[in-house]
Amino acid sequence: MCLAVPGRIIEIDGTTARIDFGGVTREANLTLVPDAAVDDYVLIHAGFAIQRLDEQEAQETLKLFRELAQALEDEKRP
Amino acid sequence: MSTLIESAAFRSEPEARALVARIHALATEPVSLMEVCGTHTVAISRFGLRSLMPDGLKLLSGPGCPVCVTPLAEIDRSIAAARMPDVILTTFGDMMRVPGSESSLEREKADGADVRILYGPLEALEIAAANPDREIVFVGVGFETTSPTIAATVAEAKQRGTPNLSVLPFFKTVPAALDLLASIPTRALDGFICPGHVSTIIGSKAYEPVARERNMPCVVVGFEPLDILAGIVMLLEQVEAVRRGTARASVEVQYRRAVTREGNEAAQRLLADVFEPCDAEWREIGTIAGSGYEFSERYRSFDARERLAIEIPETAAVSGCICGEIMLGLKLPTDCSLFAGRCTPRDPVGPCMVSTEGACAAFYKYDRQVS
Ligand code: SF4
Repeated sequence: MCLAVPGRIIEIDGTTARIDFGGVTREANLTLVPDAAVDDYVLIHAGFAIQRLDEQEAQETLKLFRELAQALEDEKRP
Repeated sequence: MSTLIESAAFRSEPEARALVARIHALATEPVSLMEVCGTHTVAISRFGLRSLMPDGLKLLSGPGCPVCVTPLAEIDRSIAAARMPDVILTTFGDMMRVPGSESSLEREKADGADVRILYGPLEALEIAAANPDREIVFVGVGFETTSPTIAATVAEAKQRGTPNLSVLPFFKTVPAALDLLASIPTRALDGFICPGHVSTIIGSKAYEPVARERNMPCVVVGFEPLDILAGIVMLLEQVEAVRRGTARASVEVQYRRAVTREGNEAAQRLLADVFEPCDAEWREIGTIAGSGYEFSERYRSFDARERLAIEIPETAAVSGCICGEIMLGLKLPTDCSLFAGRCTPRDPVGPCMVSTEGACAAFYKYDRQVS
């Protein structure tokens, strides 16, 4: 039940925003993330944006994964 | 496209293999981790992660499906409300098939009750405006991910002066339940995979008391396969340090792109305004102090229980169902003698088989061959 889907804000009108989910757009309410701006990525749950997402943190997390995979590759090599 | 909405980056195979290798290297002794969130339960099963784990590592499903922990009496109360002639009952779809004592919302709808499935609670406001002579009742289930959306809806209704919207407040909060789980003396639980989206609201700081006072490792984890595998690695490293006595348990965040220590303060303010904490009953588990929300004084008139004076008959527990022990991390669905025989998703006996996020339903759909 706690599923939330990430999307990008493409337009804001008052407390309502249009959200792009990679091609499909839908409306969501911004009351819970009052500072959100156009182009921000947000998590949507039950018609509301519930949190902003941080692109830089996402990149950091992926970088960590890649380093780990690389370390495993290196280990395997004689 | 941004990595934030493109999940492929978080499902990449070489990285998954490296993380699984790391898990195998770390889990040299038996260890049990509990994923508290039903969305994690489904992701773990769907991506087949359980089958990648070393033999000694158990992934247990906790009480993290709000539908599963809604008491039978509350299901009966929703059904009784749906039967009232002036009521339009609105709900998330997950609640429709949950069996009450003698019916379900799905059956009531088939029999002519006005039951409507909503995508989000704001839709109930529109229905209320369009039906001024009927009472719109929303079935308020959910954890802290969902309760702020309902708090925002109710606050909006109050501001607009909507007279005909009320809510059945069946909300549950996660930290108090974790504390209970961590305090069971017989538990063989070594760490919590903490719910990612609940934590976007309450922040990772909400688990600090459990980590500190129960010395229970906690990691807040995202929902993609790499997130979950990385979260398990972080937990195993903590568990090892705690066992060796070189460190005390703490709260770490794997899901950093969405979760901060402080959480969503606007949502927290709204929750504190509209609700106040109360003791809540968790189906098959019992009453947990301070683990629910009821309306605050200012919003009490939105409580459908008072507004409609709903009478319900006595309820009895479902015999043979061990959902309670499963949600406490003491048993697996396959330990239940009714599992996959008398109890299936098509004809469920207990709540864990009804909801798609229930441990039994997830096991039935994905893990039967493996286990
Ligand atoms: S298999 Fe069915 S009866 Fe057994 S614990 Fe799960 S839901 Fe309950």
